[in-house]
Amino acid sequence: MVDTLSFRTDGAHEEPAVTLDAFLEQSNATAVRVEPGDDARLLIPFLDRLALIEIAFPAFTDGRGYSSARILREAGYTGELRAEGDVLLDQIRHMVRCGFDSFAPQKSIAREAAEEAIARFEHVYQPAADGRAAVWNLRHG
Amino acid sequence: MYKYDQYDQAMVDARVAEFADQVRRRLAGEITEDQFKPLRLKNGLYLQLHAYMLRVAVPYGTLSSKQMRMFAHIARTYDRDYGHFTTRQNIQYNWIKLEDAPAILADLASVEMHAIQTSGNCIRNTSSDQYAGAAADEVIDPRPWAELIRQWSSFHPEFDNLPRKFKIAVIASETDRAAMRLHDIGIKLVRNDAGEVGAQFYVGGGMGRTPMVAPLIREFVPIDDFISYAEACLRVYNRYGRRDNKYKARIKILVHELGWQEYTRQVEEEFKAIKSLNLDPPAAELTRITAMFADPAFEAGLSDELDRSDPDFALWLDTNTHPHKVPGYAIANISLKPIGGIPGDATSAQMDVMADLAERYSFDECRVTHAQNIVLPHVKKADLFAVWQALDAAGLGTANLDHISDMIACPGLDYCSLANARSIPVAQKIATRFAANGKDAAIGELKLKISGCINACGHHHAGHIGILGVDKKGVENYQLSLGGSGAEDVSLAKITGPGFDEDGVVDAVEKVTDVYLAERQEGERFLDTYRRLGMEPFKEALYG
Amino acid sequence: MKLLTGNDLKTGLVIWWTGRDWSIHIEDAADVGDAGEPILHAEEGAQRVTSAAIIDAKMTDQGPRPAHIKDRIRALGPTVRPDLTLKPADPEAGNWVI
Repeated sequence: MVDTLSFRTDGAHEEPAVTLDAFLEQSNATAVRVEPGDDARLLIPFLDRLALIEIAFPAFTDGRGYSSARILREAGYTGELRAEGDVLLDQIRHMVRCGFDSFAPQKSIAREAAEEAIARFEHVYQPAADGRAAVWNLRHG
Repeated sequence: MYKYDQYDQAMVDARVAEFADQVRRRLAGEITEDQFKPLRLKNGLYLQLHAYMLRVAVPYGTLSSKQMRMFAHIARTYDRDYGHFTTRQNIQYNWIKLEDAPAILADLASVEMHAIQTSGNCIRNTSSDQYAGAAADEVIDPRPWAELIRQWSSFHPEFDNLPRKFKIAVIASETDRAAMRLHDIGIKLVRNDAGEVGAQFYVGGGMGRTPMVAPLIREFVPIDDFISYAEACLRVYNRYGRRDNKYKARIKILVHELGWQEYTRQVEEEFKAIKSLNLDPPAAELTRITAMFADPAFEAGLSDELDRSDPDFALWLDTNTHPHKVPGYAIANISLKPIGGIPGDATSAQMDVMADLAERYSFDECRVTHAQNIVLPHVKKADLFAVWQALDAAGLGTANLDHISDMIACPGLDYCSLANARSIPVAQKIATRFAANGKDAAIGELKLKISGCINACGHHHAGHIGILGVDKKGVENYQLSLGGSGAEDVSLAKITGPGFDEDGVVDAVEKVTDVYLAERQEGERFLDTYRRLGMEPFKEALYG
Repeated sequence: MKLLTGNDLKTGLVIWWTGRDWSIHIEDAADVGDAGEPILHAEEGAQRVTSAAIIDAKMTDQGPRPAHIKDRIRALGPTVRPDLTLKPADPEAGNWVI
């Protein structure tokens, strides 16, 4: 495991994440891990006591984690949202748009390269979880 | 036509820079082919049998003469002087070099075009009615709604790694010229009792190895909910579509396995959850886009009279033109199916001719059809003779629209790495035989569709006659099916029985059309006769 | 015999392993026998070839001929455009493909 690449001002949360099932059963854990097949909405009642939600990407082609991330942000989660696993440079800008703010890729990604990828598109066509105004809002601002 | 503003232009320019960087990293070995493949596919770049293939989007099938000329330029400069128009209203080039791809995308961006999301497991180019804005039977021009979808779906961050590809079509007529219900989402614009326009959503159609006709899941989605409703449809699919088996990953399987009622319930629930998030565009955006699709300056009071004294022209007129909503105008179809030619192919010189004609006679617009032809949507009837003469001189004047020789055919094993059998030689042999024996004209409307493998790019499930190429122990073999339709009378074709070799399937097509010619009643198309008689007499003629 | 083939990474053209290098002409292809795998991985790793595979073929008087129709079409070019094949001047060139 390489270092976590965090874009949060408060840095990465260090507590190991527990599985969603374990979290729902008992736990006063503050970090939970969501697998692609997990229903992220089950976490909605507990968002205010979570500091880290780690969303697993066992394969970069499995896009379920993008929906999980957005659902959590739409529900008001403000803690760290980490993409872990097969996370690649070319996915990062989409992940940021879906609400991820930290990354634990299997193969490390240089911060400068990530920042460049995130900044490459000045505008966005649709609203997502990052609060950026869509082009159609800018046009009629 | 839609015109880019600075935002649209910045978007395609950024994409060119991004892809140039991705190609650089691939050639430098910084990313593997497995990592690069989804990236190049999202720019329409495949690796086919002989070279890379680039698929360029023609959003909702509409393009200007300048854009058509750019297609010719790309064919001449980077390819082997031709291109192939596809059933999704796109164009494909067959001989592209990876190292040239960024320069091609830059050329395209200079005329407001791109190859964004023309492949890959994402939302593909939105298709539409090739007669939009010209046909008399439309409720409204569907293209502004399709443009909203284009914008919303471009670089959509949540839906960039769907279980499988995702195709949307938007129409606004009772007549379906876009195979709307054979799409992952088919949208039909309708007017409600209050006179407002809204969208009917059909979800879960498709061809491929498990063809399905999309069920209607919502009668009326108002414009204020249009994008958020589409978002809900996609999110349910992204979360619950199957990812364990590539062949069961399309949304049609999810809708089928859940049942459309349960899928709809989940979509409605998701829609409720996201409706308050302000995902829909401001009302002014549809107004802005619609203004760009306003009618061109049609002349009023033109005559519908035509000089039909040239019999070849009269034949083309009767076969290839369609009534226009404005008196004195016609919709002219350019057949890319010359007898014995390669369906959908056009040379750079032909593209230039079509661009010139669009500029001079059709308010600078042309269209690509899902049947792999080109349309000049707004031609003055008084100009049709000149248009036809120019087309004829360029080998583009074939009078066969919707005839058996106007067939859809995928590139097949001559080009495609997925194919199991060649499609083009079969298409050529059928067209040549039916043109020579006069039956092409005698039969009239007959939609024949050929696919070289089960992925059904040639729409064989939707053919009045469908042909599917298969690999039978290393030898090409062709299955025949009957009774499909991609139009408003949508249906899926049924296989006749054991397959045929290449020449055998040409004979078989002639046998089933002979049954039709012998049995047809007044006004019946092949499809109508088949539906009335059923499979038996056709089977008897083939195998009896 | 076994042939190692793939597409040139930069141009996409069909290429055949000659024993030392790559050629666009199947007549230059060498029998790789059981030794194809390591060459395939090394050449993919060196960014020279993509979509590489080891295929079955048989040797004839005219040179190696792939067992499968798809590879025979790859070896020459599209059967419906003889002008775009590797032997545009030879009308007989396609006879062995189908």
